[in-house]
Amino acid sequence: MKINLRNKRTRTDFLTYAGVIIVFVVMSILQNQGAISRSLSGQLVPICAYVTMAISLNLTVGILGELSLGHAGFMSVGAFSGIIAAMSLQSAIPSDPVRLAVSMVLGAFFAAIAGFLVGTPVLRLRGDYLAIVTLAFGEIIKELVNCLLVGYDENGLHMMFNLNGQKTVSDLGLTENGIEIIKGAQGATSTTTIATFTAGFILVMVTLIVVLNLIRSRSGRAIMALRDNRIAAESVGINITKYKLMAFVTSAALAGAAGALYGLNMASLQATKFNFNTSILVLVFVVLGGLGNIWGSIIAATLLTVLPEMLRSFAEFRMLVYAIVLILVMLATNNPTMKLFFERIRTRFFKKPAKEVRGK
Amino acid sequence: MKKILCLLLAMTMTFGCLTACGSKDTSDPADNGAATGSSESIEGAFKLGAVGPLTGDAAIYGQAVVNGAQIAVDEINASDSTVKFELNKQDDEADGEKSKNAYNNLMDWGMQILVGPTTSGAATAVAAQVYSDRTFMITPSGSSPDVIDGKDNVFQVCFSDPNQGTGAADYIAENMADAKIAIIYRNDDAYSQGIRDTFVEEAEAKGLEVVTEGTFTADTATDFTVQLTDAQSKGADLLFLPIYYQPASIILNQANAMGYAPTFFGVDGMDGILTLENFDTSLAEGVMLLTPFSADATDDLTKNFVAKYQEAYGEIPNQFAADAYDAVYVVKAAIEAAGCTADMSAADICEALVAAMPTLTYNGLTGQNMTWQATGEVSKAPMAVVIKDGVYTLPN
Repeated sequence: MKINLRNKRTRTDFLTYAGVIIVFVVMSILQNQGAISRSLSGQLVPICAYVTMAISLNLTVGILGELSLGHAGFMSVGAFSGIIAAMSLQSAIPSDPVRLAVSMVLGAFFAAIAGFLVGTPVLRLRGDYLAIVTLAFGEIIKELVNCLLVGYDENGLHMMFNLNGQKTVSDLGLTENGIEIIKGAQGATSTTTIATFTAGFILVMVTLIVVLNLIRSRSGRAIMALRDNRIAAESVGINITKYKLMAFVTSAALAGAAGALYGLNMASLQATKFNFNTSILVLVFVVLGGLGNIWGSIIAATLLTVLPEMLRSFAEFRMLVYAIVLILVMLATNNPTMKLFFERIRTRFFKKPAKEVRGK
Repeated sequence: MKKILCLLLAMTMTFGCLTACGSKDTSDPADNGAATGSSESIEGAFKLGAVGPLTGDAAIYGQAVVNGAQIAVDEINASDSTVKFELNKQDDEADGEKSKNAYNNLMDWGMQILVGPTTSGAATAVAAQVYSDRTFMITPSGSSPDVIDGKDNVFQVCFSDPNQGTGAADYIAENMADAKIAIIYRNDDAYSQGIRDTFVEEAEAKGLEVVTEGTFTADTATDFTVQLTDAQSKGADLLFLPIYYQPASIILNQANAMGYAPTFFGVDGMDGILTLENFDTSLAEGVMLLTPFSADATDDLTKNFVAKYQEAYGEIPNQFAADAYDAVYVVKAAIEAAGCTADMSAADICEALVAAMPTLTYNGLTGQNMTWQATGEVSKAPMAVVIKDGVYTLPN
């Protein structure tokens, strides 16, 4: 494989990989030496999950150009199927990292199925249907998990839907050694937390490789062509449903893996965590980072996850400050004066490229 | 080129932020109790952390918990007790992830004992972390049995959900045995569902008649006409409401509007209904609830606490505040029993307190002769009260 670093896109991609790797290495070293606070090291895994969520949603919103308002639903599918897998495979796979990997793959798989089921009918339509359907999907998943009772004992996995609200986890008929994995509305409350920062980093890297390679591939160009001009794309024979589904299902699968990572980091997790607000939060990461801008998503997700914790000194007003910071960032990045200011800095330090721009 | 530059700038910014909040507290965790930095620090004081939702939907509980804890800490510090406390309060929005963050933040501060988190879901998430870190945790109001399940260093001040469900069913069986019971509960809420499950189980065992059950979720907690009409048509004369007081206030309103007047029976989540803004408290007349704390009790301890709370925060304290107040005093009693000093590490204090807890007998706001099992569960007698003329009174 020949890598052409003169190509601007390739260069950006490789810088993105390098940036993530550098941050991981530095953070790992700092963590080993105990140089970072518990507050931050406790957030490393959620940050990795949110970064993956943001990148995967960017694939749907930024690259495919379809609005999805139920991304947390896929995260939920991944999280709970991942938890079920990890808890029930405890004796079969004693090694934590392997079990985590298997759980994440299974989480991705089930989320991909959900994405396929949602996407197949909806992506054939034009307009805002995907937004509406994914919004509903997120709510449906929340309600379904609220009804879900899952337990595991030596006879295998027991699963039950508590549709009329009359059943409890004791109706599963678990034996004495059985473990209650999901208890309806109480959620998963006895999960063994096996998620690690290293696993999170690997997930982010895999996500980056999958998404960036998809975007730069022939399929990716077809997907972007669909986004930019559907009729023109159709006229040159691009199979619309196929490429739309490809992007959407990939995005759902990655969200599922992120969900499994997130779920296995929490000892107690309820379906209500993955509500509409979480979907919007991820959408905010994507919009703030820039539609179609992958490294922008990474930075936005990281910053906006860390920010509320950094604002703890404001006590009750921190979410207010958070909102103000969000608005200021939005204004600043679109402000002509600020743009001019950055332009000037660039001219001063990087005279040559600036001249090139002028030459154009 | 612009992109690369932006990328680099953003990278350095992100990284700067990360390292900035990393370096801030490297000095603290090691030297517990040796009061560094903080201006309010008291020489030789134990560092207490309180966690609860100070913002968001459940803020009223978190606020009550930190206020109650604050009053206890102020009292203890003003007294001649050798045990002194320093309290740090953190917001968790009743969310597991945020709660873990709040806990980690407190550990960075050098916390030795955790009073919290306030809500069950958050408390369960933090309890697992606390268990592996070996920090002592006593939750004032995290009532789910999952909070303490399998964790020797986690204790509860409040009743557990199963206790409340069985307690309510026992009380009804004793006093209103032939009632036709309808239940309205929130089926996406661990607390509500947990109490409903044990209530129904115990009701069945005691031969009570549950004629109908209605459910709602967080998103449908604004209209209960369907559930109420159902209960009315089935002839229910007792409505069991194992829910928080906001939806309960709507139920009372709507039942009143449709002329349906069964006996309303709530649990500790109903506590607070009298202080709800814009709620006509006359609607709550005759509502019965199971609560460990009544602000109208006439013993000196309660009077003193209610007076102080009202002076400091301008409202009548609810059960959550009382639980937190008790939690701080329980920690004090346990420290005295175990003979801990403030210069011990969090893990050493934890082991000492875990050993001391089952030996304690404590008389507090929320119960007389409270004792703890090694599992972390409290044993105290629940108390049923009825709302009469806008205050809690003992039913006759």
